[in-house]
Amino acid sequence: MTKVSMTINGKEMSGEVEGRTLLVDFLRQNLGLTGTHVGCDTSQCGCCVVHVDGRSVKACTMLAVQANGSKVTTIEGLAAADGALHPVQAAFREHHGLQCGFCTPGMIMSAVDLLQHNANPTEHEVREWLEGNICRCTGYHNIVKAILAAAESMRGGVAHAAE
Amino acid sequence: MVANGIGARALRKEDQRFITGKGRYTDDINQHGQAFAVFVRSPHAHAKLVAVDKASVAGMPGVLAVLDGTDVAADGLGNLICGWLVKSKDGSPMKMGAHPLLAQGKVRYVGDRVAVVIAETYAQARDAAEALAVDYAELPATVALADAHGSSTLVHDEVENNLIFDWELGDKAAVDAAMASAAHVTRIDLVNNRLVPNAMEPRAAIGSYDSGLDQFTCYVTSQNPHVHRLVMSAFIQIAPEHKLRVIGPDVGGGFGSKIFIYGEECVVTWASKKVGGRPVKWVAERSESFLSDAHGRDHISHAELAIDAEGNTTALRVNTKANIGAYMSTFSSCVPTYLYGTLLAGQYKTPAIYCDVQAYYTNTAPVDAYRGAGRPEASFLLETLYEQAAKEIGKDPAEFRRQNFIPKDAFPYQTPVALIYDVGDYATTLDRALELADYAGFKARKAEAEKRGMRRGIGISCYIEACGIAPSAVVGSLGAGVGLWESAKVRFSHTGKVQVMTGTHSHGQGHETTFSQLVADKLGIPYEDIEVIHGDTEKTPVGMGTYGSRSLAVGGEAIAKSCDKLIAKGKKIAAHLLEASEADIEFKDGQFTVAGTDRAKAMGEVVFAAYVPHNYPADLEPGMEEGAFFDPPNFTFPAGTYVCEVEVDPETGVVRIERLVAVDDFGNVINPNIVEGQVHGGLTQGIGQALLESAIYDGAGQLLTGSYMDYAMPRADDVPSFEVETAAGTACTSNSMGVKGCGEAGAIGSPPAVINAIIDAIGVRVEMPATPQRVWAAMQGLALAAE
Ligand code: FES
Ligand code: FES
Repeated sequence: MTKVSMTINGKEMSGEVEGRTLLVDFLRQNLGLTGTHVGCDTSQCGCCVVHVDGRSVKACTMLAVQANGSKVTTIEGLAAADGALHPVQAAFREHHGLQCGFCTPGMIMSAVDLLQHNANPTEHEVREWLEGNICRCTGYHNIVKAILAAAESMRGGVAHAAE
Repeated sequence: MVANGIGARALRKEDQRFITGKGRYTDDINQHGQAFAVFVRSPHAHAKLVAVDKASVAGMPGVLAVLDGTDVAADGLGNLICGWLVKSKDGSPMKMGAHPLLAQGKVRYVGDRVAVVIAETYAQARDAAEALAVDYAELPATVALADAHGSSTLVHDEVENNLIFDWELGDKAAVDAAMASAAHVTRIDLVNNRLVPNAMEPRAAIGSYDSGLDQFTCYVTSQNPHVHRLVMSAFIQIAPEHKLRVIGPDVGGGFGSKIFIYGEECVVTWASKKVGGRPVKWVAERSESFLSDAHGRDHISHAELAIDAEGNTTALRVNTKANIGAYMSTFSSCVPTYLYGTLLAGQYKTPAIYCDVQAYYTNTAPVDAYRGAGRPEASFLLETLYEQAAKEIGKDPAEFRRQNFIPKDAFPYQTPVALIYDVGDYATTLDRALELADYAGFKARKAEAEKRGMRRGIGISCYIEACGIAPSAVVGSLGAGVGLWESAKVRFSHTGKVQVMTGTHSHGQGHETTFSQLVADKLGIPYEDIEVIHGDTEKTPVGMGTYGSRSLAVGGEAIAKSCDKLIAKGKKIAAHLLEASEADIEFKDGQFTVAGTDRAKAMGEVVFAAYVPHNYPADLEPGMEEGAFFDPPNFTFPAGTYVCEVEVDPETGVVRIERLVAVDDFGNVINPNIVEGQVHGGLTQGIGQALLESAIYDGAGQLLTGSYMDYAMPRADDVPSFEVETAAGTACTSNSMGVKGCGEAGAIGSPPAVINAIIDAIGVRVEMPATPQRVWAAMQGLALAAE
């Protein structure tokens, strides 16, 4: 067993893990942060996306020991301390971007990272970015709509130039 | 009018917990003393199970128990069941082989459950499961559906030719006569590809036993907790029903695959008692889901459509072989029969129809209902057949369909395949879809694409489906082992807040929202004051669950009836409080009013009086809580037209969907956002079937498409944004709300639209999934080697 420590959603947390323990299992099982989901065993579905040092990462594809000393943000840490939703969370609700909700934490964390890189994505860029996130319920239509709307609201309401 | 009532685009109540990571799915539940189960599964498609050597893992760290089929037999547990008895042409009942919880004597597909290992931690259970020595004697396997009949290998020794039933529907003689005198007969051979449902949350279960209460509890990824309890109790005999609580908490998608009662949830519940009552948790890995979730579709069909000299269809003949897999799953028998053959009239007035279906065992995973369940297979067959027929006789496919539609004034309409359609207006949805898709402008777009070296095609599908699965008397006469009514309870508290208990289950459909809108509208109370409770056999009235797009049309009506009873009781109370006659009390927008006056009592005042009955009618019970059951008189019949436009790159065979227009008649709509979302999801699953998805076994019965590396799920960049509308809005006559159900339409209507568009573009037939390789080969006139 190895001791790992990281800053998770702004709080210092640590625990004992095996060498083979995945980051997602550390979050879910050791820390009870069950908002990060596991939908596959081949790094394809993106249900497990979290941010490690500001970048989106599939938490099923990283060992807990590899994240030692990192800053990790999970879906539980995305809203402000007073409960105010992140614009991407708010847009998913506003545009019915979720149904069963299982892919949703990974989708939202992934979309937040996209908008950090590209504040003004086209629909095509959003769809390409989501290549690593599978949703079986929504057909992506409203997820894409939500992300474009969130981008617009984060830019201060400036609509995208026509594609 | 209340805010967020019927027809409003209310934002979903469910979303707050899901967007903040506070959902509570089965794997998110951790209980004190929890142990972990891992199932040992057969690596062979067909083998004698010689021995499970439990001693091989004795003493491994953390191992609490190893159980196999001998333990199941020793405890006298029953087998899994198929709840729908289908009879063959000769009247004989279907031939069902035993389906044990853990294999007994033989394994019959790769992934068949052999044993379970329970340990202190998941890692320890997994290590021991990998180490468990199991001795198999391999047997030859029957894998392909086409090979099942006459195969020397029988999946179940007692089932000759692997043939479970040979079923028929319709008037064979009338069809034969019409075929003989037809001016033209269009013939088609097709395969409906096998799919894996792939809800994003893998199946999971936690069983526990409380010796103090002598009670079992099972958390399970279920679309119908009460049905789970019934089967686990009455058939598996884990515990009497009142000693078994089943909870389906948040469930991450189902699409049919979580209707069924599988061995895993039964085993962990039973096993809990064997490890001192400790909760035993099992969560499928995705590769386990691929192997062991019930798959969908998998038909081979031949169909013939007879047409007279004027272009009227006069008869339809269909033969279908259906793959059932290695065991009969819970509803497997009704999918290729009563949910398929009965839909073969489509939107058309074809007077004579005959269909026969042979269902076979193979050494593959069980096959059962997957979104649409039988209806996508019927719609794909019919709509590709009509498209081809129109082209063969030189008619425009849209006009050929219109000519053969059941006219608007012919409802209620008795089809030649048992169903009575209550209402419909197919020309209106067709017209609107053609208009939205700019059907008239297609030629110009095709010419423009040709200049770029691309082949452009347009395809239509006019689907119909039967949903709102019920009525009990009808399904009972057709072989169903259960009734298919639904239940509800609506309860006011002292302070006028409302709890709605429903027997249905929401796993993405947004019932907490839709049902709240319905109740807000009926009772005239704020949407925010309503809470919908579902998924727990201890909290909800006995109900049959969610599948077949039945939750609103059947379950919603039970809620509406409960509300009507509350209003009726409220009138008595209001009459007393207002010193008026009950007959003079009117109820509207949450107010009980003496007709023609401004004397009124608000719902809240009436409710308070019911709970604090100091001044109250002498002969009336206190309290404001009412329940209802609803068993509708008929199915509901959503229908519509989908138009797909594609471009095919002739160099590569790559298909790009340029547009997909879906115009549906769902009758009245409670929440358009939710309805559109259901259609979007269904369309994408249909596109997945048409272009990408296929479950493929090799000749030895190994699943080649066992992960997301090999099984092509539709991703965001595989689909376009959709154009989705409702039109016609013919109100269903089987419930007071006039609603039909929208959960499956997208997956039923879209595959033929996509395939018809591709065929239109390239001029030759191509099977699903129309992968670039297949499309390219079809364009070159090459036959692909069998996959
Ligand atoms: S769980 Fe599927 S990508 Fe991580
Ligand atoms: S909302 Fe269910 S998988 Fe995306």
